[in-house]
Amino acid sequence: MSLQFFLIVTLNGLTLASLYFIVASGFSLIFGLMRTVNMAHGSLYMVGAYVGFAVFDPLYASNTWGSQAWLIAIVAGILAAALLGLFMQVAFLGWMQGQELRQALVTIGLSIIIADQLLARFGGNPFQFFAPDMLFGPVQVPFIGRYPVFRLFQVGLAVAVGIGLWLLLNKTKLGIIVRAGVDDRQMLAACGVNVPLVAATVFALGAGLAGLGGVIGATAQPMALGVDARFLLMSLVVVIVGGMGSIGGTALGAVLIGLAEQWGQVLFPTYSVILTFVIMASVLAVWPQGLLGRKPV
Amino acid sequence: MIMMSTRQWALTGLGVAILMVLPLLLHNFWLVNIMGRAMVYGVVALSLTFLAHYGGFISLAQTMVAGIAGYAVAMMAPTAIPLSTMAMPYALAIPLAVLAATLAGALVGLIAVNTREIYLLMITLALAVGFSLFAQSNITWFRGYEGIRNIVGPEVFGLPFRTPMVFYYSALIVAVLMYLLVLYVVRTPFGLVLQAIRDSNRRTAAIGFNVALHRIAAFALAGFIAGWGGVLITFYNIGITPSSIGLWATVAVLIMAVIGGLGHPLGAFIGALIYALMDTFASTIIGHDRFNTLIGLVFLSIVLLSPDGVWGIGERLKATLQGKGSKPAVEEAAGNETADRGS
Repeated sequence: MSLQFFLIVTLNGLTLASLYFIVASGFSLIFGLMRTVNMAHGSLYMVGAYVGFAVFDPLYASNTWGSQAWLIAIVAGILAAALLGLFMQVAFLGWMQGQELRQALVTIGLSIIIADQLLARFGGNPFQFFAPDMLFGPVQVPFIGRYPVFRLFQVGLAVAVGIGLWLLLNKTKLGIIVRAGVDDRQMLAACGVNVPLVAATVFALGAGLAGLGGVIGATAQPMALGVDARFLLMSLVVVIVGGMGSIGGTALGAVLIGLAEQWGQVLFPTYSVILTFVIMASVLAVWPQGLLGRKPV
Repeated sequence: MIMMSTRQWALTGLGVAILMVLPLLLHNFWLVNIMGRAMVYGVVALSLTFLAHYGGFISLAQTMVAGIAGYAVAMMAPTAIPLSTMAMPYALAIPLAVLAATLAGALVGLIAVNTREIYLLMITLALAVGFSLFAQSNITWFRGYEGIRNIVGPEVFGLPFRTPMVFYYSALIVAVLMYLLVLYVVRTPFGLVLQAIRDSNRRTAAIGFNVALHRIAAFALAGFIAGWGGVLITFYNIGITPSSIGLWATVAVLIMAVIGGLGHPLGAFIGALIYALMDTFASTIIGHDRFNTLIGLVFLSIVLLSPDGVWGIGERLKATLQGKGSKPAVEEAAGNETADRGS
């Protein structure tokens, strides 16, 4: 195995991990504050991709907006997923706060409806975004050779999202409130903070990250129905491995799972999924809270 | 001994008797595609209800475990297309398939042994979806997307398994036996410890019971039950494909169990019957293409309005009619089993 091959597979794993991180960090954020397991997270990913594409397609064909189409699609995808997430939190999940299993069942019901409605509205044909010229095509990377520039952009974006979330949680007033809410919601409410408003904001933010992941994912690879299951699965596995509600843990989990998936496909192609689950089961056996998760108090 | 009052025994006997004579009254379509189907899927849902109600474990891996039995019987079936090298008579293949499901159930229980509630739900779901993706990508054993076809089942008294009467009565026998098995087990010392674990993990451990072992045994038993369902489902579908154990199949079994009501083993069969009816007749209401929206809305309304399902609605109606007020069963609803249960 040449060094070049080794580096390419590893880099592929990292670019996949970046996408998983963007999607799973939203899942983890929602879980961290509200203890809500959002089973519709994969559906929000799809909503981002489909709505983004519905906006992108006509714009890309027009002369005036063609170059900005992709950026507008990203904004549209984030907004669509965030608004849907906001609606889910306000209409269904907010008033059953604390009933975790019921919330999970509600989001399962919602995910069935969302997936079916997307199918009804957009049909089942696969599609793919075209990245803007700046991010299109290959670029020379030392030791590797030509590598798609969009995949490198994906890594950069994931790092930016990670830093952004860290700054948000650690350096802003909202972050202080969110972290206090993770520890003790009731005390936070007693301090005069409008907890339902914070919860709705966090849910919209987490859902928006799923929407962002949707557009990015559908630019890197063609998008088709059924990816909601895949991204729900990956979000679950990544946060189970990394530790729920921890941004660092999510990043670690995403890198582990992304690398395992790519290396697994190289080393034993049809059994690569098994590797992911061996990792998950071994982590659970030793660290039931995940690698960087906090022990329940 | 199954602890039921004389009245409950009489009702159970009456119910079974009615189901026994149904073939005289019903068209073959109803017999196989509604009642038979409800019973075989109901057995899988029953395994979930057993875990959820008596152990407090909402496991989404039950469809996967049933699928393991289905794949096992398909791999060993003498009629399979493509035929595998380890083909053997159905009389051997079926018990081995159920054994495989039992072991798979125990393995799921082992993997999830330290997790509870929502974590358990997430881990079992991840296992289930992962297994279906694996079956989809593996050609050597699972035949990828195509799956394994022509699993027609054994001949019974010289009649093919697909004969409506044969299928119906086989499904009925399995369903009734599994139902009675659950009622029996929950009254044994093992079943009582299981319920103690549900109510308080720590106290049960403090009394000196091996919580982990009891949990794994409960998952193995649930695997045994689901395995029988999985074998019959594979005969019903004349084969097995990855999509029959995928995310939506997993969710479908959850929907059955929740719509029927997690508060009683019968709820599983009620839910499976409602699901089969809706699946069959939704096309006349809203067109079959939008079945998922309909079932999603029904599921959502049940979870929002009556978390203990149709069974819970029945219980409350009964209580109201008897003038006892409307309190029972509601507290046991799945949705309310929150973190305060002795962590």
